Amino acid sequence: MNKKTHALPAGSEWSFASLERYDREIGRVAGEYGLDCYRHQLEIITAEQMMDAYASIGMPVYYHHWSFGKHFLSTEKSYKRGQMGLAYEIVINSDPCIVYLMEENTLPMQALVIAHAAYGHNSFFKGNYLFRTWTSAEAIIDYLVFARNVIAECEERYGEDEVERLLDACHALMSVGVDRYKRPPKLSLVKERERRKERETYLQSQVNDLWRTLPQRQAKEATEVERRFPEEPEENLLYFIEKNAPLLEPWQREIVRIVRKIGQYFYPQRQTQLMNEGWACFWHYTMLYHLYDQHLLGDGFMLEFLQHHTNVVFQPPFNSRQFGGINPYALGFAMWRDIQRMCREPTAEDREWFPELAGSDWRASMDFAMRNFKDESFIAQYLSPKLMREFRLFNILDDADEPRLRIEAIHDEQGYRALRQALADQYNLGSREPDIQVWNVDLRGERSLTLRHFRYQGRPLGDTRDAMLKHVATLWGFPVRLEEQDERGEVTPITEVKIDRRRENHTP
Amino acid sequence: MLQIIDRRNDSKNKSAVNRNRFIRRFKGQIRKAVQEAIARRNIADIDNGEKVGIPAKDISEPQFRHGRGGRWSVVQPGNDRFVTGDEIERPEEGAGGRGSGASLEGEGLDDFVFTLSREEFLDIFFDDLALPHLVKTQLARIAEYKRVRAGYTSTGVPANINVVRSLRGATGRRLAAGGPYQKALRALRAELAELELCGDGDSERAAELRSEIARLLRRIEALPFIDTFDLRYNNRIRIPAPSTQAVMFCVMDVSGSMDDEKKQIAKRFFMLLYLFLTRTYEHIEIVFIRHHTQAMEVDEDDFFHSRETGGTVVSSALELMLRVVRERYASNVWNIYCAQASDGDNWDADSPKCRDMLEASIVPLIQYYAYIEISGGEPQNLWREYAKVKANHPQRFAMQQIAGLPDIYPVFRELFRKSLA
Repeated sequence: MNKKTHALPAGSEWSFASLERYDREIGRVAGEYGLDCYRHQLEIITAEQMMDAYASIGMPVYYHHWSFGKHFLSTEKSYKRGQMGLAYEIVINSDPCIVYLMEENTLPMQALVIAHAAYGHNSFFKGNYLFRTWTSAEAIIDYLVFARNVIAECEERYGEDEVERLLDACHALMSVGVDRYKRPPKLSLVKERERRKERETYLQSQVNDLWRTLPQRQAKEATEVERRFPEEPEENLLYFIEKNAPLLEPWQREIVRIVRKIGQYFYPQRQTQLMNEGWACFWHYTMLYHLYDQHLLGDGFMLEFLQHHTNVVFQPPFNSRQFGGINPYALGFAMWRDIQRMCREPTAEDREWFPELAGSDWRASMDFAMRNFKDESFIAQYLSPKLMREFRLFNILDDADEPRLRIEAIHDEQGYRALRQALADQYNLGSREPDIQVWNVDLRGERSLTLRHFRYQGRPLGDTRDAMLKHVATLWGFPVRLEEQDERGEVTPITEVKIDRRRENHTP
Repeated sequence: MLQIIDRRNDSKNKSAVNRNRFIRRFKGQIRKAVQEAIARRNIADIDNGEKVGIPAKDISEPQFRHGRGGRWSVVQPGNDRFVTGDEIERPEEGAGGRGSGASLEGEGLDDFVFTLSREEFLDIFFDDLALPHLVKTQLARIAEYKRVRAGYTSTGVPANINVVRSLRGATGRRLAAGGPYQKALRALRAELAELELCGDGDSERAAELRSEIARLLRRIEALPFIDTFDLRYNNRIRIPAPSTQAVMFCVMDVSGSMDDEKKQIAKRFFMLLYLFLTRTYEHIEIVFIRHHTQAMEVDEDDFFHSRETGGTVVSSALELMLRVVRERYASNVWNIYCAQASDGDNWDADSPKCRDMLEASIVPLIQYYAYIEISGGEPQNLWREYAKVKANHPQRFAMQQIAGLPDIYPVFRELFRKSLA
């Protein structure tokens, strides 16, 4: 057999024909490995367009807001000064899955990106339970178009400044505007459009109902049994505001809803970064090696590919100048490789720690892990002692009450479990971000909103809290209070913002 | 089937809208930053954009986040020295070992620095500048018309047909023209009904009535639904729009004493003036005069690029300017401005003559006279003479000294600051 005729195009210049050949071969290998992907389309873009995409979180359509302009300006600045390279690709969790390729990339680079994004990330989007339950790949682009039109329409009707003020407040609350446990309904453009009018009138009537009772002085005994509203604390601030803020106009509720929906769509990405990137790296590595083993790729190609690959999965140690925390690409890639290894060539240690993995079919085991975990649980489940030793992981405790830092655990027999637990917790968004919930609304009195911060590990809120409360107050329209509950259950008020939008509006 | 889409030729600048929004939103801060940059005199080049920094805290997008304190348990890679139970000193601020949760998400307090494009920069720079005393508005030579709606006409081009008006007219015409027929029709029908009621429905008279009714109906039918007569067209008329007329004389000294650097400064000053005028005022005439011992009116291109040179007689330029004013810009119609740049090194006897000319004939004619002297050291004789003019006409005469390139922007702002009259 003549190898030359089968070899894939070499050299660094890419062409549409060569991209197609690479895609076909990589697709064939992906099929052999049983990767289940959405259809995909490759889009060639320039560096400038890549910066545009950066500014709108990679989305091909997005509404307009100054903060995207700010991100664009800072990306442009650091790119033009050479402080930062642009990502080689952006991939969008949609169906068909859209993969942006930069025109500056060399041919091996494009092949790597195709394997990494068009098959790696793509199959993760399609398979992982978080993406399956939280996002609707086939509807997102339509929804973004819908969102942009609504917001443009509102800008025309109510003025850009008014909409901008609202969006500022909503963006600030985006990270506390997600449902962590409830399942959101599917997005659909047609339904959204149909329901929009309906929802506006319905919502408004509900809100009015809530506030219809004029504040009256209640008898003492009545106040004592007065129930809290909401009865259970609500973790999704934007949802609560959308449904209950008394002074919002219907169009304002609609915008709050849009920001909330988009925030929810991005939430799984934040919860699975390590897994997702590791998965994509594992597959570009595995598939390109597969092609190399079949003599379809030359040594030149592999050298360039490996150079990029090792750059991406490099983990500098904590005392290096390059250190910037744990590299999710490095740890993710290593964990997936490690799972594969444990399935195929388990050691005695692996048999003890992972009896269900050792000797099993690696494709099935990996598929199961990919589908059913997020970063936090993935680490808690699959981080092996061997990897902890390889990465030489150690756990430091920084307790503000103690004068010195303490090493809690290292990569040794006594430390493995504690270390693994600590690392998993580090990837738990619930402990990384402050836990703030809607605690109460003073329905009978001044209609103030009380938020409660549940302190985790004694960590206080940062200095942004005053600015944040102002944003909440902008949306709520009445005073907003913030209180804090520590681990012993003691509650202390922290701060409040006094505001009454009715009065502002009514003063001539 | 694989789809590859080439987006490279799609519209660029997708972020332009967002970028403009950003600049609009922080215009106050950006303007302040631009003014500071100008005041620090570190703008030497208008051909490129300008880097400005605005305080990061003004444009931050806050999120709820943790502050310092509490317990942070952090896992790090690359252990090369620790065993369980080791205690280590808390590292200094910013060093490794801090919780990634707190230190990595914090926003720096440095300025947010970005580059304004040349256009954006000039927009902001010129924002609060104006030609002083721009008052004379004359309708004498009207070049500017506005088109406004002015009802409807019966003639026009098909594109301007007003359908509603035309059909309303047609309906009216049909009613009016059909009126007599309708009246007759009603009478005939009533008669016919009466006959039928009396049982004479088959009589000759009834047949006659029926044919008459049919005839009338045909007549009504024959009225045209719409006639050319009905057509109405939107009418737009041109009305003269008052516009101020202004002319700027740019007078530049190109004598031998102006070395290359000084010429460079003068040219840059005029370049800025030229940009300012053309961007801010739609209708303005600019007369370029360059002089050494003789003055010459030149076009824009020669003004900025010609290399001719010689001795210095400033009055020659003033004379030429006066002549041009008399010939082309009768002063009751025109707002006349003059900007003069020189190194101030004039032929000794000429400077007093210049002063006399200014005092006697030029200053009374003009709205504003700006003189810049490009010299690092002591003022030259021309400056001293001009200072006397300024003392007499503080409103209409301004003079500033420029020592180097960085002075251009502040001096320019000084000369053309918008007065809050």
